[in-house]
Amino acid sequence: MNDPFDIRDILRGTGGRPGDLIGILQTVQDRFGHVPAAVLPSLARHLRLSPGEIYGVLSFYPRFSLRPPARHVIEVCLGTACHVRGGESVAREIGRALAINPGQTTPGGEFDLKTVNCLGCCAIGPVLRVDGRIEARVTPARARDLVLELQAGERKA
Amino acid sequence: MRLAHPGHLADWRTRLREEAPAFERTIVVTAGTCGRASGAMPLIEALRSEIDGQGFIGRIGLLITGCHGYCEAEPSLVVQPEGYFYGRLKPSDAAEIVAAAGTRGRFVERLGYKRKPGARPVRRLADLPFYRKQHRRLTEAHLGLDPERIEDYVLRGGYGALAKALFEMTASAVIEAVEASGLRGRGGAGFPTGFKWRIVRNAAGHPKHVVGNADEGDPGAYMDRGLLEGNPHAILEGMIIGAYAVGASEGCLYVRAEYPLAVANIRRAVDQARDCGLLGENILGSEFHFDVRVAQGAGAFVSGEETALIASIEGRRPHPRPRPPYPSESGLGGRPTVINNVETWANIAPIIDRGPDWFASVGAKRSRGTKIFSLVGRVRRTGLVEVPMGVSLRDIIEDIGGGALPGHTLKAVQTGGPSGGCLPAASLDVKVDYEDLARAGSIMGSGGLIVLDDRACMVDVARYFVGFAAEESCGKCAPCRIGTRRLRDMLDRIVAGLAEPADLDRLESLARTVQAASLCGLGRTAVNPVLSTLRYFCAEYKAHIEDRSCPAGVCRDLLSYAIDPGLCTGCGLCRKACPAGAITGRPRSPHAVSGERCVKCGACADACPPDVKAVRIGRAADGSPGPRRGRRRP
Repeated sequence: MNDPFDIRDILRGTGGRPGDLIGILQTVQDRFGHVPAAVLPSLARHLRLSPGEIYGVLSFYPRFSLRPPARHVIEVCLGTACHVRGGESVAREIGRALAINPGQTTPGGEFDLKTVNCLGCCAIGPVLRVDGRIEARVTPARARDLVLELQAGERKA
Repeated sequence: MRLAHPGHLADWRTRLREEAPAFERTIVVTAGTCGRASGAMPLIEALRSEIDGQGFIGRIGLLITGCHGYCEAEPSLVVQPEGYFYGRLKPSDAAEIVAAAGTRGRFVERLGYKRKPGARPVRRLADLPFYRKQHRRLTEAHLGLDPERIEDYVLRGGYGALAKALFEMTASAVIEAVEASGLRGRGGAGFPTGFKWRIVRNAAGHPKHVVGNADEGDPGAYMDRGLLEGNPHAILEGMIIGAYAVGASEGCLYVRAEYPLAVANIRRAVDQARDCGLLGENILGSEFHFDVRVAQGAGAFVSGEETALIASIEGRRPHPRPRPPYPSESGLGGRPTVINNVETWANIAPIIDRGPDWFASVGAKRSRGTKIFSLVGRVRRTGLVEVPMGVSLRDIIEDIGGGALPGHTLKAVQTGGPSGGCLPAASLDVKVDYEDLARAGSIMGSGGLIVLDDRACMVDVARYFVGFAAEESCGKCAPCRIGTRRLRDMLDRIVAGLAEPADLDRLESLARTVQAASLCGLGRTAVNPVLSTLRYFCAEYKAHIEDRSCPAGVCRDLLSYAIDPGLCTGCGLCRKACPAGAITGRPRSPHAVSGERCVKCGACADACPPDVKAVRIGRAADGSPGPRRGRRRP
């Protein structure tokens, strides 16, 4: 009976209208770091939608993920202001340091590398977000050092 | 504190004024997202412990606010009442600042803002070149209030406009005031706000809705974040007044999830307003009922389009639909719905409070009031700036922004985000006005101003925006879904040096097709960055195609980096900046780039001091393009 992805308490707090779907998905994403596929059937029953309809919404929005996140999530901002200040070089450098491309996860599950279309910190770019914390005025060299620091922490852990 | 009568609000304000602690000095620290990212929190901790340690508790106050706009200088603070400004601070500077503030408000020369090294510092915030030419009607309040406290907003006269609207004005009078002010939608399209409200008021159907659009997806723009973080109650008050004017009973504020601090601040503000009887039933004891919920976006750019926004609030994929019917007739749940941008809402309370004539007293002929811009990119001073409509782009970029970065020249400015265009440096005298910008080939948009200099390749910028549009296209209509991808492929070939001259005509022709045939505004305008760069910077396209060279030195496949041994001073900055270890050389002797290890990131050229400029960016070594690659953008 110990369901690790029990969302009954989340569902109880809502009215069960199809319009509540995105709000519920946000709460689920926040709680588990992803939207486990296991919750889709009960969610579908609750909102009287088909699992397919829910999947359609879930897969459209970049914020939702069906996969648990890696231990560290690095998001490189590629908004316009960051782009013209060298955001792509930063993304490339991190990709090189981790030996993965944006959108991928390192084989041991240590790092997710993502690019995002603007974090709204345009005056202090290029920026990236590491585990939710924003790093300002990042250069390729700083980005590489940041990855090295995180990797060193991983080895200790 | 529940306000059941407009008199309660006035009483509360009087009491707050009487109870306000009488500090000799107040240190105001900006702790918006930019501030926190730049180290505001450790600074605040240091200030707090210095105020305590130096025995100034009760004499020096600490006020934590949202964004003051000058994000470049973060973390920064202002000492009031003198208005002394200090930027780019470290926690270790706190002791000196507190000691000076406690000594009859002395100024710390060492930490003052200097125009150039060795110059006398500018003391007061209002005298800084960044602020001097601004006209801060909306953002000035950010300096004086803690966005987490409704008391601070009320103390400054907050919700007075709401009381005035509810008890001294009819709903039509409110609409007339907004119409008379000439306020136009700040989200980009510039539709007259009062007129939109009138349509909703006259439309049949209940309940009516008001929506605050804070799905600020334009890359390079963050005005809405600044407002939500800095003064959330101002937006809320505007929405409540708007709801009263159109007869709406339900509201929704849709904030993008990338702004966690803004979401937290506006959620708290909504809860506070509800606790005070400013939302819910019988607002301030009137017959008017209205409530707001906060919905979070989920990272899709298209959901900023109003019909897509409605779909998203209703829990569906954010697919736009053809208009008409417009949301003002059939919006949320098929009911008449006012959708306004956050900045539009923030303008409402001041219009009611101070009158439409006051609002219209600044601005251009058909664009009244002030507008907030996010001045970013390759410019000396970056941040959020608020100016009267009708000033020129040059006023903003050169006077407020300080012009190009040292050693660089201004090339273009991109306005209006992915729907806007690039205007060349020669057209900087164009005025910020909805019509004037459109005539020049761009748009006002929501307020992104991205400055580009000689280190920006205009073909790359066009490719960037088209790539963005292709990624964010919702996929509903073919012209946008397929057209933007094909445009991106064409631009990928151009920046890789693989295109042929006829490709330029194909590019333009396809762009015109996407413009004419896409379903929603996002698709129709997604090609503006291409068309405007073709119009103003055709020579750069030709250089990529005919000479296989990138004049700005950006497109990696067409480049090689070398260091001029005659100019290099051997300072080693480039060696330290190189992430690939491709630069070698002993201190004070010329350095060299190894072509094999070079990843062509350009960090060395950026690191080389402007008075040395020893890094030579040339065409790819063998003059031939690199191997053909597929999609370049991640």
